[in-house]
Amino acid sequence: MEIAQNILLTIATAATPLLIAAMGELVVERSGVLNLGVEGMMVIGAVCGFAAAALTGSPWIGILAAIIAGALLSLLFAVLTLSLATNQVATGLSLTLLGIGLSGMIGEGFVGSPGVRLANIHIPGLADIPLVGRLLFGQDPIFYMSIALTAGVMWFLFRTRTGLTLRSVGDNHKSAHALGISVLGYRYAAVLFGGACAGLAGAHLSLVYTPQWVENMTAGRGWIALALVVFASWRPWRVLGGAYLFGAVTIGQLHAQALGFGIPSQLLSSLPYLATIVVLVIISGNRRLTVMNTPASLGQPFVPDR
Amino acid sequence: MRIELIKRPQHSVLFSALSPFIALLLTLVAGAIIFTALGKPPLAALYTYFVEPLTEVWQLHELAIKAAPLIMIAVGLSVCYRSNNWNIGAEGQFIMGGIAGSLIPILLPGFQNFLTLPLMLLFGFAGGAAMGAVPAFLKTRFNTNEILTSLMLVYVAQLFLDWLARGVFRDPAGNNFPGSIRFPPAARLGEIAPSQGSAHYGIVFAVVAAVLVWLMMRYTIKGFEIRVLGESPRAGRFAGFSSRKMVYFAFLLSGGLAGLAGICEVSGAIGQLRETISPGYGFTAIIVAFLGRLNPLGAVAAGFVLALTYLGGEGAQMALGISDKVARVFQGLLLFFVLGCDTLIRYQVRVVWRGKVKA
Repeated sequence: MEIAQNILLTIATAATPLLIAAMGELVVERSGVLNLGVEGMMVIGAVCGFAAAALTGSPWIGILAAIIAGALLSLLFAVLTLSLATNQVATGLSLTLLGIGLSGMIGEGFVGSPGVRLANIHIPGLADIPLVGRLLFGQDPIFYMSIALTAGVMWFLFRTRTGLTLRSVGDNHKSAHALGISVLGYRYAAVLFGGACAGLAGAHLSLVYTPQWVENMTAGRGWIALALVVFASWRPWRVLGGAYLFGAVTIGQLHAQALGFGIPSQLLSSLPYLATIVVLVIISGNRRLTVMNTPASLGQPFVPDR
Repeated sequence: MRIELIKRPQHSVLFSALSPFIALLLTLVAGAIIFTALGKPPLAALYTYFVEPLTEVWQLHELAIKAAPLIMIAVGLSVCYRSNNWNIGAEGQFIMGGIAGSLIPILLPGFQNFLTLPLMLLFGFAGGAAMGAVPAFLKTRFNTNEILTSLMLVYVAQLFLDWLARGVFRDPAGNNFPGSIRFPPAARLGEIAPSQGSAHYGIVFAVVAAVLVWLMMRYTIKGFEIRVLGESPRAGRFAGFSSRKMVYFAFLLSGGLAGLAGICEVSGAIGQLRETISPGYGFTAIIVAFLGRLNPLGAVAAGFVLALTYLGGEGAQMALGISDKVARVFQGLLLFFVLGCDTLIRYQVRVVWRGKVKA
C-alpha cells in the first residue's frame, strides 16, 4: 500500500502548479478579465525562481522572486488592457510570447546548472503514519500553500463583501461603476494576484517538480490551467478536482511510458493535451454549466465615462 | 497617476498610419536599453540586428526565406482575427501541412514528374486546413473555446511529427538520425535566382496570397461579410450571414495557408521532413498579423520586419555574442507596443497626475 501513497504523492506534485496557476486565473476571470498570458507568467516565475534560488542558495528567496516576477509581468498586461483598453486576447498572447522570450534570455546562463530543491516538510511522528502520513504531513511547502490558496479563494469570493464586489465587477462592470465601485481598481488587483499565483506555480516547477531550468519547461501547463478554469465553470473547488484529475493523467502517462506497452512515447506525451480538449468539449457542450457561470463581462474592455 | 481615455468621435486616420511605426520606434528604444543592460554597445547591436542583414544580396535571400512562412500564415490569421475567430494554433497547422505534403515524396519516391510539386502543395494546404477544421468543428458543434483547442493541437502536432521523423518516416540509410529521406529534385520547391542566393518560390506564393486575400477583403461580398461578422455578430445575423460558416471559412483559410507555408518550408528551405520544421513561425506570425494591422498587404511589410529579427538575432550572436533569445524578446515587445499604440487610433490618451483637478 506504500505504492498507493507514492503514486498519490506524485499526482499531488504534478497537480500543484496547475492548481495554483488556475486558481489565480479564476480570480482574474471572476473580475471580468481574460488573461491568456498565464503560460508566459508561469515560465518567468520558473526561471526567476530558479535563478534567485541558485544565486542565493535559498529556495525561499527563489519563491519570493518568482511571485514578484509573475506579478510584474502581469502589471504590464494590466496597464495595456485596463488603462489602455487593448484587446485582452491579443495582449494576453503577447504576454505569453514575451514571457517565453524573456525567460529564455534570463535562463540562458542557468541551463544545466545544479538546482536548489525546496525541502519537504517533515513533521516527526505524524509523517510516519502509514498510508497517509507523508501525504498529509510530509509534502513540500508549496503544496500546503496551494491548498490554503484554494480555501482562501473560496472564502474570499463567496464569504466576503470584497469578494462579492469583485464578482459584481466581473458580471456587470457598468452597474458596478454606477454604484461607485472602482472597476479598474478591482481588476488591477485581480490581475496582479493572478500574476503572483502564476509566478508561484512556475517556482514549483523549477524548485520542486524538476529542480532545474530547462527552456520552455512549463510545456503548456499555463494553457492547461486556463482550460481548467473553464472546466471548473469558475468554481474554486472544481478547479481543485480538475487539477488533480490532470495530475493523474500526467503521472499515468509517465508510468505508461516507463512500462512501455509498445505505445509510442509521443502518443502518451500528447495525452494531457488531448485530455484537455476532450474535457473542454464535454464541459462546453453543457450550456447550463458554462453560460450560467461565465462572468458576463469576461474579456470586455471597460472605459469609465467621465 | 492615472491614464484617462477619451473616445474619439471617429478613428484617427493619422494614428492608423503612424501606430506601427511608433511601435517599431519604441521597440528599438527598448532594444537599446536591453543591450546596454547586457553590457553591449547599443548602437552597434541595433545595427547588427536591423541593418547588417540587409547589406548583401544573399542575405536578402535569407530574409525572403524567413519572411515567406511568416507572411503566408499571417495573411490567413488576419482574415481569421478580423472575423473575430481566434486561431492561435497556426504552428500546428504549419506542421500538419508539412507532413501532409511530404507524404508524396516519402511514400511514393518513384512518382517524379511535373505533377509532384503541385500535388504536394495541394496536400500541404489540405493538411493545414484539416487541422484548422478541428477547432472550428468543436467551436460550432460544442461551443468549445477555439483559443484553447487550437493551441493544444500544436503540442499534439509537434509530438506527431517527432514520432514520424524518428519512427515510420525515418530514412533507413540515415545512420539512425531522425529525419526522412532527402526529397528528389522533382519534389523540391525551386530557387528563384540560384546564382545569387537560396530564396525559394515560397516568398512569391506568400505575396500572391496576400494580394488575393486583400482583393477578397476589399472587393467581394465575402470580405464585407468577414468584417461585419467580426465587428458586430448581431448585425451580421440580421444581414443573413452565417457565423457558423464563417468560423469554418476563417479556420480553413488560415489553416490552409499555414499548411501551405509548412510544405513550402519543408520542400523549399529544408528538403526533408525533420523532427522540428519551425522555429516558432506560427506564433511569430500572430505578431506579424497585428503589426500589419490585420491587413493582408500590411502583413507583407510586417513579415519582412519580423524576419529581420530572426536574421539579426543570428548575426548578433555571431558578431557580438548576444544570445539569440533576445530576438524573441524583441518580437514579444513589438506586439505589446503595437497593441498599446492601436489605442491611440480610437482614443485620446491623457495622463492625469495626482492632485490635478479633473476637467
